[in-house]
Formats: sequence, structure tokens, C-alpha cells
Amino acid sequence: MKSCEYQQIDPRALSVSPQSAQSHPETKAQRPRRKWEVFPGKNRFFCDGRIILSSHSGVLPLTLGLIVVTCGLFFAFDCPFLVEHLTVFIPVIGGVLCMFVILSLLRTSFTDPGILPRATPDEAADIEKQIDTSGSSSYRPPPRTKEILINQQVVKLKYCFTCKMFRPPRTSHCSLCDNCVERFDHHCPWVGNCVGKRNYRFFYSFIISLSFLTSFIFGCVITHLTLRSQSGKSLIQAIQESPASVVELVICFFSVWSILGLSGFHTYLVASNLTTNEDIKGSWSSKRSTEDSGNPYTYSSIIINCCATLCGPMPPSLIDRRGFVPPEEAAAASHTAEIELPPFTAKNDTNMCTQSTKDVLERMLYSSDFHAVCPVGPSKTTPLGLEVPGSMGPPRAPAVCPRRAIPESAGNSCTTCGRSRKDSLHSINPAFRLASPSPSLTRANMALSDTREDGFIPLP
Amino acid sequence: MAETHSLQELQTPPASSKIFIQRDYGSGTFCRFHTKLPSELESRVDKQQFEETMQTLNNLYAEAEKLGGRSYLEGCLACLTAYTVFLCLETHYEKVLKKISRYIKDQNEKIYAPRGLLLTDPIERGLRVLEITIFEDRSIGSSR
Repeated sequence: MKSCEYQQIDPRALSVSPQSAQSHPETKAQRPRRKWEVFPGKNRFFCDGRIILSSHSGVLPLTLGLIVVTCGLFFAFDCPFLVEHLTVFIPVIGGVLCMFVILSLLRTSFTDPGILPRATPDEAADIEKQIDTSGSSSYRPPPRTKEILINQQVVKLKYCFTCKMFRPPRTSHCSLCDNCVERFDHHCPWVGNCVGKRNYRFFYSFIISLSFLTSFIFGCVITHLTLRSQSGKSLIQAIQESPASVVELVICFFSVWSILGLSGFHTYLVASNLTTNEDIKGSWSSKRSTEDSGNPYTYSSIIINCCATLCGPMPPSLIDRRGFVPPEEAAAASHTAEIELPPFTAKNDTNMCTQSTKDVLERMLYSSDFHAVCPVGPSKTTPLGLEVPGSMGPPRAPAVCPRRAIPESAGNSCTTCGRSRKDSLHSINPAFRLASPSPSLTRANMALSDTREDGFIPLP
Repeated sequence: MAETHSLQELQTPPASSKIFIQRDYGSGTFCRFHTKLPSELESRVDKQQFEETMQTLNNLYAEAEKLGGRSYLEGCLACLTAYTVFLCLETHYEKVLKKISRYIKDQNEKIYAPRGLLLTDPIERGLRVLEITIFEDRSIGSSR
């Protein structure tokens, strides 16, 4: 139906016109952007995309600091005495272990854990079409799961509202990083990254080597203090002579139990080919169902499980951080920026917000049942009278463009476009009108605020 | 029934539709795609040919992910060097992915492009789907 809403958008304005091309020559000469610059998840990138880190990496400096300080104190205060009284191999072993621990830690933190790139708009539309095959606009809950058979066992695949796809088996969406991660184990704050398919072996080697290192230092410090107190002095005197040893002792004492425990736990997981996520949820626990629902991913023996998890082929990164954004996507984003959203020229978050507005416009043009939506310019704040569930709450401006600080005007505009995206998404697909139970709603809320490419959802 | 307006119609000449071949998880998390010919392509490409292409692709992915002596050796070497060796050397998986890219390009040139189809390398879609772009008849003449 040709309603007045169409007239509010001038499609001709979206095409390349000579005036717009001339007036903004910099869009043609725009340097090609790498994909990491437009990455939708909450990650930080360094060295032009070579290093990836979670935005929530708060405790990583502490982890590194503790390791470096403890090792430093050990080499400075304990090693001279032990070399003199025992053997020169002590600092050698300590040095090798320390290097291994630090390298494994950095490798775990700076490696892509197995992030799945989000579905392209075409894929999302295809999935939507398959789900909504009846074509009716009547209310029905959207199917959130799909059942498949893996090794003769029924496994449910969940639909991810952020990434717009059915998650592959063993994949989980990390809310801290806002990414779907393959073979998701857990998000480790100490390491400052998710632990998933690609960096699990690094994580495992990190905790194993750290167990060895803390046990080694602990043992060496005890030996050092014992040897000192044996030569006619009391323990108190020995401690006074080497106060740094006490510091190391305390750090190692508290670390060794937790690290050893963690190593043991992960060794069990590796041997049974499980992830922390599955173990915690009890996905394959035999108590859950009466039928024999074992782990469908496990191999026939423990050794093969270990080899597969730790020594298996190294899968490549799927997100192609250093690839270049295809010119038509960049051009489309910049055109929308020129025409619709001058305030969005701030920094590099332009692309996220303009892309969302472009999606809004696309959806409006695709939809034939679009009743009350008007295009949202920077000034509008309440575009729709649709059922926006109460728990959506006020717009979360900081969460909409999470990656960098944004100027205030852009912040408000981003909020606006974020909400308009949400509302338009709600209006187009009746399935999304389901004010669903809170868990998925919260996720949908996060998803809708933070998604860069929201993939239009055309009606059949 | 209301009209739908396509943004593509307004902006770019309509050329294509896309279909997606999904992953087959029947044997676990290994990379495999369904080999069945989708109904939209029945008129365009021979069923056997398509299945052969898909089967070859699946075999190549299986080769990349195979657990065997070579992958174990690679894993152990990496562990001993504190995983720094991956910074210098290309892994076996990456080598096979290049092989897959060449194969898909080859198949596109020989078989699918003459029929107005284009296979997109799954790695560009995060190994989630195999995207097949179907070009409309009127644009086939111009693209040839």
C-alpha cells in the first residue's frame, strides 16, 4: 500500500546523485576500511587488527602484574641463594616456565576465541523466511530452537537474536563480548577474553604451566627459607633477611590451590570433551533424562579426546579482521551518512549508526504493512506507538555505541536510531511483538541496541 | 495485497537472488554442508554435478579438520614453541582453505557461471553457509 510514509522518504535521495558526489568528494576518496574497524562486537583491536581483545579486560593487567612481580622477586631474592646452595638450573627452569606462562597468557588474551561473524542481511532474511513460512501475520511465538540429530542424539540449536542465526552446536553468545563464540567455554576475566575453540589450548597450557610455576616457586621459597633457618638462625631471622620471600609465599599459597583446582577441572573437561558451559548446565548429564543422553561429541577414548582438543588442527579466524570492507557496503554507509545524518560524522562510529538508519529505511521500503513508522531523523525521539515492553526501559545510550566515546549529539542520535531500529524491528515482524519472557527479552534488548547490521526482515 | 518496494530496484539493477546451503551437523561440529540440490536450482544445474561439487567440498573440509599424525605433530610443535610457531607458519587448515578457494573459483568458472550462478566461498560467510547467487535471466546475457 502506498501510504504517506513512503513519501517521507525520497528514494532518489538514496541513490548517488552528482551533487552529492561532488559536494562530498571525500567519500569517493575515502580510504578503504578494514573489517575490524566496523566490527559489531564489543572488542578492541590493536596493531591494525592483528591483536584482538575483549573490551572487558580489566583484570588482565593484574594477572600479568602478579606473575611478573612474583617471578621478579623470585629471581632477585631467592635465586642467588639457591644457585649458591643448590644448583644453577633453578633459575633456568624458573625462567623457562615464566616465559611459557606469559606467552600462553598473551596468546590466550590476544587470540580470536572463535568468534562467529554475524549473519548477513540476506542470510537473516532467508532464515526468517524459513521460520515464517505460513506467511500469516497472526501472532505466534517465534521458534527459538531447532532440533537436529548429532550422532543419533537430539540437540537443540538456539536462535541468536543478536547475530541473527541459529547457533551451531556448542556455540554460545557471550554477553560481555557480544559475540557468538564457537565451542564456548567461558569468559575469563583473568585472561580478559572469552575462551573458545581457537584459544582453549592456549588457555589450558597457560593454567597448566602456571600450576607448575606457582608450585615451583612455592617449593623453592620454602626450600630457601628452610636452608636459611637451618644454618643456625631461626625462621624469623631468615624471614627478616629475605622479606620478599614472604610476599612470594603468600601469593603462591593462595594461587596454587585455585590454579591447581582449575587445572584439574579442565583436565577432566578435556578428557571428556566437554566445555565449562556444558558442564555447568549439565547438558549431557545422565541424570537429566531417563534416556542415555551422553555427550555426542566425545570420541571413543580419553586419549583421542585430549589429542583432539589440544593437538587438533588449528581452525582459522572466521572474522577476517584485516580484510577490507567491500566498497558497496562502505559506499552505502557513507551515502546514508551524507543524506540523513550529519551529526553522525563523529569518529568511526558513524558506520554503526548510519548502517542502522540505512536498515530502518530499507525495512520501511520492503515492508508493506508498515503503519505508523516515520523515518527517524536526529530530532525524533519517540517514533512509534508500538508495544515496547516495559523492561526495555529508557534508551541505553552508552550501550548503543559501545566501542568508543561519542559526542553528546551523536549519542542522542544513536539512542534515537537504536530505538527506532528496535521499534521498527518490532513492527515489521509480528513474531517479535512477543513480549517474550525476560531472559530472551533482555538479550533482544541488548541485541537490538548494539547490532550494527540488523538485517531487514521483509514480509513475504 | 500491498505492493512491496525493493530498495534494490530503486538503487541497483535487480540481478540476483540468493539461496543458502546450511551446515550439516549430523556427525558433530565438523564442517560439512548439505549436499541435496535445492529446489530453486533444479532447473539450472544437474543434480549429480551439484552433489559432486558439494561432496568434494565436504571432503576438502574433512581433510582440513582431520585428526591424524600431521595435525598432532603440528599441535605438539606449536605447544613446545609456546604457540609462537603459528605466527610464522601457515597451518594445515589454512593451506586447505586456499585449496578450497581455488576449487570453488574453478567450479564457478567452468560450471556455475555459464548457468548464471555464483558460489560464494563459505569462509567469507564464517563457514556458516554456502551462498549461491542466482542471476536473473535478463542479466545473464549482459554478464556473458
